Amino acid sequence: MQHDDTYCPSDLSLTHRMRFLLLFSRQGKLRLQKWFTPMTEREKKKIIRDMTSMVLSRQPRSCNFLHWKDLKIIYKRYASLYFCLAIENQENELLALEVIHRYVELLDKYFGNVCELDIIFNFEKAYFILDEFLMGGEIQETSKQMINRSIEASDMLQETMEEYMSKPAF
Amino acid sequence: MPAPIRLRELIRTIRTARTQAEEREMIQKECAAIRSSFREEDNTYRCRNVAKLLYMHMLGYPAHFGQLECLKLIASQKFTDKRIGYLGAMLLLDERQDVHLLMTNCIKNDLNHSTQYVQGLALCTLGCMGSSEMCRDLAGEVEKLLKTSNSYLRKKAALCAVHVIRKVPELMEMFLPATKNLLSEKNHGVLHTSVVLLTEMCERSPDMLAHFRKLVPQLVRILKNLIMSGYSPEHDVSGISDPFLQVRILRLLRILGKSDDDSSEAMNDILAQVATNTETSKNVGNAILYETVLTIMDIKSESGLRVLAINILGRFLLNNDKNIRYVALTSLLKTVQTDHNAVQRHRSTIVDCLKDLDVSIKRRAMELSFALVNGNNIRGMMKELLYFLDSCDPEFKADCASGVFLAAEKYAPSKRWHIDTIMRVLTTAGSYVRDDSVPNLIQLITNSVEMHAYTVQRLYKALLDDISQQPLVQVASWCIGEYGDLLVSGQCEEEEPIQVTEDEVLDVLEGLLVSNLSTPVTRGYSLTAIMKLSTRFSSVNRIKKVVSIYGSSIDVELQQRAVEYNALFKKYDHMRPALLERMPIMEKTSSNGPTEIVQTNGETEPSIVEPKHPPPVTQPANQVRALLIALGLSLLNIVCMYGLFLINHESLSTIPPMIAYNKNGLKIDFTFERANPNPNIAVITIHASNSTDADMTEFVFQAAVPKTFQLQLLSPSSNVVPALNQGTVTQVIRVLNPQKQQLRMRIKLTYTLKGSPVQDLSEVNNFPPQSWQ
Repeated sequence: MQHDDTYCPSDLSLTHRMRFLLLFSRQGKLRLQKWFTPMTEREKKKIIRDMTSMVLSRQPRSCNFLHWKDLKIIYKRYASLYFCLAIENQENELLALEVIHRYVELLDKYFGNVCELDIIFNFEKAYFILDEFLMGGEIQETSKQMINRSIEASDMLQETMEEYMSKPAF
Repeated sequence: MPAPIRLRELIRTIRTARTQAEEREMIQKECAAIRSSFREEDNTYRCRNVAKLLYMHMLGYPAHFGQLECLKLIASQKFTDKRIGYLGAMLLLDERQDVHLLMTNCIKNDLNHSTQYVQGLALCTLGCMGSSEMCRDLAGEVEKLLKTSNSYLRKKAALCAVHVIRKVPELMEMFLPATKNLLSEKNHGVLHTSVVLLTEMCERSPDMLAHFRKLVPQLVRILKNLIMSGYSPEHDVSGISDPFLQVRILRLLRILGKSDDDSSEAMNDILAQVATNTETSKNVGNAILYETVLTIMDIKSESGLRVLAINILGRFLLNNDKNIRYVALTSLLKTVQTDHNAVQRHRSTIVDCLKDLDVSIKRRAMELSFALVNGNNIRGMMKELLYFLDSCDPEFKADCASGVFLAAEKYAPSKRWHIDTIMRVLTTAGSYVRDDSVPNLIQLITNSVEMHAYTVQRLYKALLDDISQQPLVQVASWCIGEYGDLLVSGQCEEEEPIQVTEDEVLDVLEGLLVSNLSTPVTRGYSLTAIMKLSTRFSSVNRIKKVVSIYGSSIDVELQQRAVEYNALFKKYDHMRPALLERMPIMEKTSSNGPTEIVQTNGETEPSIVEPKHPPPVTQPANQVRALLIALGLSLLNIVCMYGLFLINHESLSTIPPMIAYNKNGLKIDFTFERANPNPNIAVITIHASNSTDADMTEFVFQAAVPKTFQLQLLSPSSNVVPALNQGTVTQVIRVLNPQKQQLRMRIKLTYTLKGSPVQDLSEVNNFPPQSWQ
């Protein structure tokens, strides 16, 4: 039977810990979207709309936690970017803030004083870094150095244009 | 053919667009170029083109034509291609598309690739979006990698295994052997993901949970090392060593210690140690403390430890950081039932949080305050809560008002206090009060016999001030209709009786009928009240006149009432006093079953039902029936006529049962009740019966509902459905439906019949509307 994701099973542990991570600017422009559970394009678009409008309309100096449907939304602004992480109700919000912070630190180390433009022009790298830090809604690696090393090593593996053109496919 | 433009070049160009239209034009042009490039099967620039497509996809433009290209990239030998290909697959594909299955072979190959970073890409993609079929096909590969000594791969394999288990729970067993040495790892990444894997297995299977309990000492040791170890630059966060791992271990300990005395004891010391030694100046320390508190509260900890935990929460409440205050309130709300006294000690701090500027904190503080109200502190607490009600944002008023009514009902120290409190709510937040409060309040007032005069006087005075708040006006009209005689005779003992004439009272009630502020329901109440006064006041002619005018009202409800009241005056005047007699004390009944009427004065009364609610409620006594028949009025007419009200929530034994499933000899019936006091919860009892000639053993019923619902499945009566309909298995499902959406359910049935396992999935869509409306 085709898996239908609009259903939440009565068995709670079937649901993931982190549900999605969104990065968007103060004007609501999306800069990164990571979904930890399968969703239709339509659902994703709706969530993005809801999140941006909810988070952007928050009073300054409010607490960083919101409730939305059956999830907790943790958001934090770093310079001109909002980081918005959705976690389940039984998850630890304070730790979620640390998760967001860790990701920002990783980006900062990689890009050197990261700013929104870095994420815009190098979005694929932002994803690569995220995919070394989190997987399937869980934390994969807790050491910053390990993650940095993996990314650097992977980057080295990427062929230069000349190598790319000269090496045959098979 | 010139090379397609580079990714960053495209991004730069698109950002120069000054309007949405200009951007769209650029995108369309580029998409066209990309499409033709794809058609030409250009291997060299495929990567660049897909990357550009992913950028445009993020801007919101369709990119589905790139899906197959991602697969081609994944199949390429070049790392650059694979990296973008896998990223594209994760962004553009999901298990809904058949296309994604084509990835399986590539992933399988890449899982065995010589370069660990390629293996990593494959593991990551599988662990993020692998469908059940893919997981089934590749579980063996993942299991292999879980046993590798390469920690980079091992940690990814562990999380991939978690995903596989989530998708295909039956495969959990196969990962068991590989978990043997996971906790002996020194590498934190592997350690962390291993703890996640163990947690997943324990949460899913009581057998696994029992099996892994033996790991408690090892987990305790690891946690101890983390706390005691010196500075470790690799894992340090503000002086704390690997907080992420600490929290995960604490969570696993929680699961292992729950309902198990030995395990709980084994972790007692370390929990106390973490609770007292963790640095609290930064968020990270508090995150660990928070997790510790949650663990302490969930396992079988000694009372000293529990008090320590609650005190930590109490300290959190005083923290400058609002996030921490918020989290404290949320946790206290969870523990207030089980550790009520300990939480009570922090009551004044909690009440102070009602004045916090942050909206989320205010809400939590309000909920917690209501939870803390008891017979001893009701007066003080209610003062604070009423003050809060006065000054809070509109979004809180309805909930706060309901909370006040509930608390007042449970703990009111005196009837006078109770009435005063209700009055205060109605006058300050009257327009936010829920509709169902009106009948409840009316019942309360009716039953407070000695307070009738006081109540009607206060309500009358409130009406003179303000007729805009409908619930207040409705309750007031009803009271005036009932006790208007007490009002004009100045019988109030509790306070200075006011001087008011019959005409003044009728002026007020008639004013309600004509005012633009009154809703149709309110008008109904007020017309009925006027009618009732015809047996309590002497100005009957005036009342007759009003009633006859409304006989031609445009409002059909009002018209019908007026016409019937007119009929009472004209043809059945001798019956009028009996029909409009004082209401008797009403018993509040439990959810099912008719309202009972206690006869107070030997006279029988017709049953009272709100016009909006379906009749009939009770069996009228024979005399009343005779009366009705004599009047030539059906019970339905009486119902509409009197604007009568229902005291309890609708009698829901009227919801018909239904057959949810009937196949292969297994039949499942659903019967319904509504849980009091929350009308949004439907309580469904399943009755499973078996008409085959053999028992159905190991019977398991599972259900899933759409996201807007919440579902709770209680324990079944047994897991054997006896053959030949000799008995049923029953199980209770509670469904919370706050949005009152159409109820749908997917059920999964598993059982063993004559030695063979049977499994079936079915949709249940034929719920009767009354079960969810």
